[in-house]
Amino acid sequence: MTDLVFDAVSVRYGGRRGLTAVDRVGLTVSSGQVVGLVGESGSGKSTLARAAVGLSPVSAGRVLLGGVDVRKLRRRPPLQMVFQDPYSSLDPRMSIGESITEAIPRGVFSGRAARREEVARLLELVNLDPGRAGHLPGRLSGGQRQRVALARALAGRPEVLIADEITSALDVSVQGAVLNLVRDVQRRLGLSMLFISHNLAVIRYLSDIVAVMYLGRIVEVGPAEQVLTDPQHPYTRDLLAAAPSAHTSLFDTRADGATADAEPADPHHPPAGCRYHTRCPVGPLVRADREICLQVDPTEDAAHRRHSAACHFSEDESRRLTIPGGASTP
Amino acid sequence: MVATETVNRRGAKWFAALRTPVGGFAASLLLVVIALAVLAPILWHDKAFEIDTEAIAQRPSAAHWLGTDALGHDILFRVLVATRLSVLLAVLATVIGVVTGLVLGTLPSLLPRPAARLVTSAVNIAVAFPGLLLVLFCSVIFGVGTYGAVLAVGFALAPAFARLAQTLSASVAGQDFVSAARISGVGRIRLLVRHILPNVGEPLVVNATIGAGASLLAFSGLSFLGIGVQAPDYDWGRLLGEGLDGIYVNPAAALAPGVAVVLAGLAFNLVGETVAGVIGVRAGVRKLAPRPASPARESSGRADDVVLVVENLQVAFPSQAGLTVPVRGVSFTVRAGEAIGVVGESGSGKSLTGLAVSRLVEAPAAVTADRLEFAGKPLLTTPERDLRGLLGTSLAMVFQDPMTSFNPTRRIGRQLAEVAEQHQGLPRAKAFERAVDRLRTVRIPAAERRARQYPHEFSGGMRQRAMIGMGLMGDPKLIIADEPTTALDVTVQRQLLRLLARTRTERDTAIILISHDIAVVSQTCERMLVMYAGRVVEDLPSAGTPRHPYTKALLAATLDLGTDRDAPLAVIPGRPPEPDRVPTGCAFADRCPAVTDRCRLEDPVLECVEPGHRVACWHPSETSFSPSAKKTVTAGGAE
Amino acid sequence: MAVEVAPAGWRGSPWLSFAVRRFGRFAVSLWVLITTAFLMIQLIPGDPVRAALGLTAPVELVNARRAALGLDDPLWLQYVHYLGGLITGDFGTSMNSGQPVAEVIGDRLPATLQLALPAFAVVIAVAIPLGLLFAVLTRGGRRRGGELAFTSTTVLLAAVPEFLLAVALVAFFAVQLGWFPVAGSEGAGSLVLPVIALALGPASVLARIVRVETLSVLGNDFIRTARAKRLPARLVYLRHALPNALTATLTMGGLMLTGMVAGTVLVENVFAWPGLGSTIAQSILQKDYPLVQGIVLVYGIGVLLVNLTVDVLLAVLDPRSTIREN
Repeated sequence: MTDLVFDAVSVRYGGRRGLTAVDRVGLTVSSGQVVGLVGESGSGKSTLARAAVGLSPVSAGRVLLGGVDVRKLRRRPPLQMVFQDPYSSLDPRMSIGESITEAIPRGVFSGRAARREEVARLLELVNLDPGRAGHLPGRLSGGQRQRVALARALAGRPEVLIADEITSALDVSVQGAVLNLVRDVQRRLGLSMLFISHNLAVIRYLSDIVAVMYLGRIVEVGPAEQVLTDPQHPYTRDLLAAAPSAHTSLFDTRADGATADAEPADPHHPPAGCRYHTRCPVGPLVRADREICLQVDPTEDAAHRRHSAACHFSEDESRRLTIPGGASTP
Repeated sequence: MVATETVNRRGAKWFAALRTPVGGFAASLLLVVIALAVLAPILWHDKAFEIDTEAIAQRPSAAHWLGTDALGHDILFRVLVATRLSVLLAVLATVIGVVTGLVLGTLPSLLPRPAARLVTSAVNIAVAFPGLLLVLFCSVIFGVGTYGAVLAVGFALAPAFARLAQTLSASVAGQDFVSAARISGVGRIRLLVRHILPNVGEPLVVNATIGAGASLLAFSGLSFLGIGVQAPDYDWGRLLGEGLDGIYVNPAAALAPGVAVVLAGLAFNLVGETVAGVIGVRAGVRKLAPRPASPARESSGRADDVVLVVENLQVAFPSQAGLTVPVRGVSFTVRAGEAIGVVGESGSGKSLTGLAVSRLVEAPAAVTADRLEFAGKPLLTTPERDLRGLLGTSLAMVFQDPMTSFNPTRRIGRQLAEVAEQHQGLPRAKAFERAVDRLRTVRIPAAERRARQYPHEFSGGMRQRAMIGMGLMGDPKLIIADEPTTALDVTVQRQLLRLLARTRTERDTAIILISHDIAVVSQTCERMLVMYAGRVVEDLPSAGTPRHPYTKALLAATLDLGTDRDAPLAVIPGRPPEPDRVPTGCAFADRCPAVTDRCRLEDPVLECVEPGHRVACWHPSETSFSPSAKKTVTAGGAE
Repeated sequence: MAVEVAPAGWRGSPWLSFAVRRFGRFAVSLWVLITTAFLMIQLIPGDPVRAALGLTAPVELVNARRAALGLDDPLWLQYVHYLGGLITGDFGTSMNSGQPVAEVIGDRLPATLQLALPAFAVVIAVAIPLGLLFAVLTRGGRRRGGELAFTSTTVLLAAVPEFLLAVALVAFFAVQLGWFPVAGSEGAGSLVLPVIALALGPASVLARIVRVETLSVLGNDFIRTARAKRLPARLVYLRHALPNALTATLTMGGLMLTGMVAGTVLVENVFAWPGLGSTIAQSILQKDYPLVQGIVLVYGIGVLLVNLTVDVLLAVLDPRSTIREN
């Protein structure tokens, strides 16, 4: 199987006053692993995914698949993607069978019957009745459409699968079924997978590795359990604290620090130094002595820190927080 | 899965369009025009060329119903015979226009970048010019006469069609299925032929029909000016021009071809428009007759601190066959300072309940209730005028989508100030001052400056805060927040929920939080109403143990940071019933693990099982002593 | 995302950059228009002078006229001469009358404007209130009867081309009743029928557009917000719905106005109105190409100016528009 490697990938839109949606991002999806990418809207996570499959222009860096730059591959790379919106991801004029058939690489199956059998096999793989191959997507529910989209992606015989917010448009009761299916298929086929979501709970459930993205940069990456139980970057801690949970109450209004009502930064004008300093609860807004955050970009030497955290004070802070009595919300 | 009886075969849709009164009229008109075009020259060609030297330029008579022209031709027959040439030329020009337009419109998606941009900008410039000017311009180049006119009208139509084809294909090309096909290595040409063209086909055909009507008119205009069809041929436009010369003697000679042009043009236009009107619409879902909902009563005493009382609330929409009732007998009470969550999946009727309670549901939907009182005032029987002041100052709303909930053309401050101007009689400047103050209250930084900005200059989270600020312009007793954080990121969601919480504690304002996310609700509210298929199925304290199978299943299916990573996720099999086909018994029966025959026959009533806990279920699970509700739940199976 | 007020410097001013961008587009369109008008004569198959003077004209006359028009020069030189002429206000000379084209245009343009501007005022004054009224009355599927009446009336009126309406008006009000003159441009009474003929169709189309746009605005979330503020209906419709419907309508209104400029061609012919429209039809028939060229140019510039005005108005009225173009 194959690794998917982002090597200092940047995606830039527009001219001089344009927007750098993804800024020198490095990320590795190792063979057979699920990498969960989490971040808020506008953080560039979808753009990164689209860059891998050629839907966003890579302005610097490389996307490597099995060590080869995808742009230099002569054949179609074994890389497929499933999209967020179940209602726009299937051609309303094509039967679901046709949609799936179209994604089967040419020359793999000769003859109509063989292709039809393959479609039936794929539909069964995603728990759909193969007898539905002739149906138009108009009759399917959102969850069923996402299964068809998954089957279509699998038809391309991918070694790497990218799933971009595939359950965020679905109701809770359907979300579970789709996630179960994705996990089952990933394990059975040994796929490498980049799983993108804004929902930390979903990421946690599926991923081996978790990467956290903020304003076009990856600010923390590491094994899922470690990142979630021992987060190094203050943004990761913030995400964890903000995740809805039936067990904690939000009615405590204690945590009103200087950063409680901070606004997300404008991606057109990212802050200098550390990009998170305008919201950081342990940064210069709260501790005036931490001037370095205003000037020096912590991503430069992130590789030396635990979880490659892009934070100058990640070690100080995590040491402080492990002192008994230190709450997860500062 | 229940197979829906949707009539979505394409042919049937077109047919359905023609069955409407207007569509039927248009279609028969078009048929008459086509029949005349085919038959009239065969039947009446000789009569139209017959010269009656006895009757030159005469008024209508028994021999010549519409009179005669300057050479003694019978005008009625000439008008009828002219149908063929007029329609034929119009159709020919339309074909030229549509084909050229389609090529110009789709070419940019196949050409390399610079060439594509050149074509696009050329089309953009050409499309700014009115059709008639283009026709005149083209007819100078192609020369006066039938040929020239066909080409002129055709090419003059082309830019508009090119633009149409471009916008339509661009919108299709932006869809995910095109991206998916591109990832699968589908080539540009196949992408165009297989995915884009079929999805723009219908609107293009519809517009071509309308275009045929337009080119018919353009053609008659050209012939009328003498630039189009030349003698001895004649079409309606030429007959019209000739008739105008003798309008004092015989107005019918000018009016008859005019009427013919209008009728034929109308036929094309109307057929196109009716089909266009019907195509986008999902047609023909079979509706079940509404059934009387069994009222659910709340046995709550009449306390002084009650802000809102809702008893047996129903919202009904008229539909093709009778009524659809998406909210069926909802009852609950909200006390001062209380925070209540309303949870349910999409289509459960939770948002509509919120709107109905705040009297924002408009006709033709009908809201009925045994009791609906806000701050002691009956909302359904009091005239709107008398309620305006009360609701405007005491009831605040926050809606789901912060991007669209503010008027994009007015400054934020003014939109807030409006409330004070209207309901508290403050002058403009004072009202604006108060708006700035309230923006400060909801922690908008630099409130003074921000108040003078437009909504698009605010981030989503700030807009929602400003929306709460708008509610605080008066002295709200109740805030109804309908999915206020669904469009926001988790960190911003937390800010907003905290703001709501703070507002509640500082002003003793009650809150109804409507959400699909049971975790958000249980984190924010002390009581929650779980809705399913338009009814409240359970009303329980957030800290309590759910007893309705649906609530339990919903909780079990909700992922959080404590979910067991090694077990498969719990799912609820099946899907909720459509609001227009709710079954006779319990609406959840088909998906319920504990279903019995009784559930399928009788709809359970919402009843108290313990103080502060109501359940609508024939078989509510026994109170379990397990501290965590989640452990008691088993719901499984795939959809 | 929050968009901060742009930093100082002319590049930062959204208004200035909008003006530069929009004027650049106008200049390019103008150049394309001029070049197209110039090429029009070159594109005519055969010899335009021969075509204009007829087959019987002596060869010497044709040659002399060709030389006078500069048609024997190489193409680029003709182009340079043409551009040079335009800058000095020289649009060429009419082949038939020998009059300078600029003079003819100066003569006829006021008559056309006299017709087009009142007609446009009538369209605006009728269409916007009517469209808004019917949108409010028929919103959310109410008053199906009213909707049907409005739609069928406007569809019917929009389907009647200006010149047919003109003929019908003449037949009824001028010939039958004798209230207004049949043709000509004598006195205010002569203006009534042409203006009605010109305005009725566009007014119907615009009223429908206003209604549809208002209906779609009424479906927006911010209208629900306005209602949740319990504003009186008058304010909801006039203050919140109308401005938004108008910005959407304006684009169509521009097309309508340019369409009316073209509509004058036919209406002027019916009423023998001494404007540009009756002149261009005549000169096409007489193959007086320099005159056609000049009039096409004037109409074209008119269209470009209308589009420019619409864009500027949109930018002023809709606070998002200048940002949106970025």
